[in-house]
This record gives sequence, structure tokens and C-alpha cells, in this order.
Amino acid sequence: MKVLVNTIVNGAPVQEAVTPRSSLADFLRDDLGLTGTHLGCEMGACGACLVLLDGAPVHACLVLAVQAEGGRIETIEGLTETGAVADLQESFHDRNALQCGYCTSGMLMSAQALLARNAAPSRDEIRDALSGNYCRCTGYEAIVDAIAATGRARAVTAAPANTEAAE
Amino acid sequence: MKLPAFEYLRARSPEEAWQLHSEVEGDAVYLSGGHSVVPSMALRLQAPSRLIDISGIADLHGIAVQGEVLRIGAMTRHAEVMDNPLVARHAPLLALAAPHVAHPAIRNRGTLGGNLALADPASEFPAAVLALRAKIEIMGPEGRRHVPADDFFLDLYETALAPGEILAAVHVPLPPADRVFAFDEIARRRGDYAMVGVAAQADLEEGVVVDASIALFSVGFTPVRATAAQAALIGAPLSPESLARAQASLAEDLDPPDDPGFPAPRRLQLARVLLGRVLNRMETRP
Repeated sequence: MKVLVNTIVNGAPVQEAVTPRSSLADFLRDDLGLTGTHLGCEMGACGACLVLLDGAPVHACLVLAVQAEGGRIETIEGLTETGAVADLQESFHDRNALQCGYCTSGMLMSAQALLARNAAPSRDEIRDALSGNYCRCTGYEAIVDAIAATGRARAVTAAPANTEAAE
Repeated sequence: MKLPAFEYLRARSPEEAWQLHSEVEGDAVYLSGGHSVVPSMALRLQAPSRLIDISGIADLHGIAVQGEVLRIGAMTRHAEVMDNPLVARHAPLLALAAPHVAHPAIRNRGTLGGNLALADPASEFPAAVLALRAKIEIMGPEGRRHVPADDFFLDLYETALAPGEILAAVHVPLPPADRVFAFDEIARRRGDYAMVGVAAQADLEEGVVVDASIALFSVGFTPVRATAAQAALIGAPLSPESLARAQASLAEDLDPPDDPGFPAPRRLQLARVLLGRVLNRMETRP
């Protein structure tokens, strides 16, 4: 029997009847056509399916769509459209931090959440934040570089505003 | 792979949960964060016909000091265990253990109650509650009971929870200000299951250990209290000599499984090394 689920996906209210066995990832991909959320392992190991649920990264393969009732979901499509991760994407591109790109949307979710919490993370902290994200193409060095560079760049753009506020 | 089909129902009260559970005796599973239940279904380790979502039950939420204990609701997510100031102050071993539990995204959804009810012997929180001498609050149709952690973990994935009962909360006795704690594990990679882990706390009077509580994980079918190692510390200051005695006593406490890729003597040796590190790092809470 289908269950009615109310969520906000990328800022827009969505009401949809879902089968209980549908994961949030299946719901986003199959029902809403948001295929930027990728499915790798479907058991919470690879991190390709990360989305933001109420602002925090979660595995869309481990959250049932019915459990997202009342939740606010942001996928890579939403973060791209608003420009929230534009600088991260640019930095990944500049540093060649992707090859096939399958893991990238999940990487960006982890990176975005990390930088929101910690504007200037160490390489160790970046590695820790990415510990649940697998990349099978490039290795992680370039990805860590790209996130560190974005953190530094965001700190520079934020700094003048802070100084102004202090004065 | 995709989950097998099941029926999904939300329980708004404990009574409703028990009712829904008893209707399909033996074939219903409670769902909180779902971060053990869902992957186990994806892997076809279980295929219950009904999932009962208990996350909306008010009793399972919240972190508060109640008299002599800190009550941590079962629905508390790992990320909140990691960041909550009351947990850091009154149950520091849980806060120290949390960064080692899985990966950040898992910690955003997985719950403390779900973790303890699963009772994975390689998991950090069961050993932490054992070392903290916490009690597990269980509610069921027959009433509410508080089971000491020492009596809660019975065997591999087996706990004192009876069918239909719900783990409601963890009760951690408030520690004296000068109690010292430490936690660590050895894992191959960040976020991997530990090869061995140790949670320890001790009380000292005039520099002499008067009480010690040590629990290890990933050393058997349940988290294990190191009774002999605890006894070896009591009555002396924490010193290289007393640490060596505790390390030597571990052979009496542990009987690790023999795995072809990880022989028992090696695991025991790692446990000794890690116990030494942990006891050398005992500190009062921040």
C-alpha cells in the first residue's frame, strides 16, 4: 500500500504517494527525475547517493522515502541551480578532481556540509569528512586539494565583510 | 539491492507500537534511524513483513539530567551524541566514542538506541555504556525496567530486549568532577570497524586508583568488561607498573575469536597495546 509523503525538494513542496520499499534515492530519481543523485552500493558504503536532509548529508539509499516526511531535501540539482556550490564545482573542475564523475555529487554534499561547519578545515579534517565517499577513478588527493582551495577562497571573500562589521 | 516489499506503519505512542508489533508476532521490526535495519534488508539478512516507525514517540527523544543520571533518549542521533554539551559533560565516553562511529553521513541519521539494540560487538557505543556503568531503559507492554549495561549485552546481536520491547533511553550516572576517562580504537581506515577498541574510566583518591571501569569491543561476541585489568589498577597510582599489570591481566579477561586473517593472539596483543595507550591518556572531562 502506498503512503503519502510531503517533503520540500530543492525549495518546492512535493506531495507524492510512494511504496514503502522505495528509498529516498529511488524516489528522487524515478519519481522526480532528479538523476544527479547516484546509486552505487545501495547499502550506505559508497556515498554516491548523499543528499542534504534538513541541511545535513545523509545516504538517500538508507533513508526510506516515507521517512523523509516533513523533511527539507536538497539534491545536487538544487545546489547547482542556486549557485550554492558553484565555487566548489569550479574548484573540482580546475583541479581535475573528477574523472567519471559518478561520485562527484556525493563528494560535493560532504564538502559543502564540512565547509559550512568548518571554514578552514585541515587536510586531515577534509579526509575525515570524505571517509564515507568512495572515488574509484582519481584517488582523493585532487578532491582534497579542491575542497581546501574552496575553503581558502571562501575565507578571503568573507573576510572584508567581517572587517566591515567589526568597524 | 532494492529492499524486499514490506508494510510501513507509524506508531505515535508506545502502546500503539506494541499493538502493531503483536499483530504480526515475530515478523515486525521497529524502525528508528533505519541505518542498520535498511542495509540488513538490502543485503537480505532479514525481510520483515512490517516496519513500525517509532521515531515519532516522544518518550524516545531528548537529553536531560534527571536527578542522579543523564537520560539520553534512544532517538538521539550519533551526530548529536558527538556535539551535545550535556553528553560531553556527563557521559564523556560517549562523546569520545562518537567520532569513531561509521562516517559523518551515517552519524547524521543513525540513533544511539538503534545502535545499542543491534549490539554489534565491533561497535563503539555498547562498550562506552558498559564502561560508563549506564543503565538501559526498556519499555514494553509489561512495564518499564532499567537493565544495567552489564546485563544487557547477552550474545552476538542478542540483548535483554524481549520481543516487542523498545529501548527507550540510556541512563548514565553523573560522574564526580575528578573522574578520568579515555577512549581509543585501532582501525585499518577511518570509519572502518575497529580491530580492537577500549573505553575506560577511573576514580582516584590522593593519586591512588579506587575504582576503574574498562570495556573492550571487537574482541568477542559482546562488548567485554575487563574485570581482571580493572582489579590490577586498584590500590595503586596510574603508573607504568600498574599499567603493565593491567595489560598482563587482559589474557584473563579476553578470549578473542580465532580468525584466519586475524589470529586470536594478535588481537590480544593489539588489545594490550591499546589498553596501555588509553590508560596513559586518562583525563578529566573537558
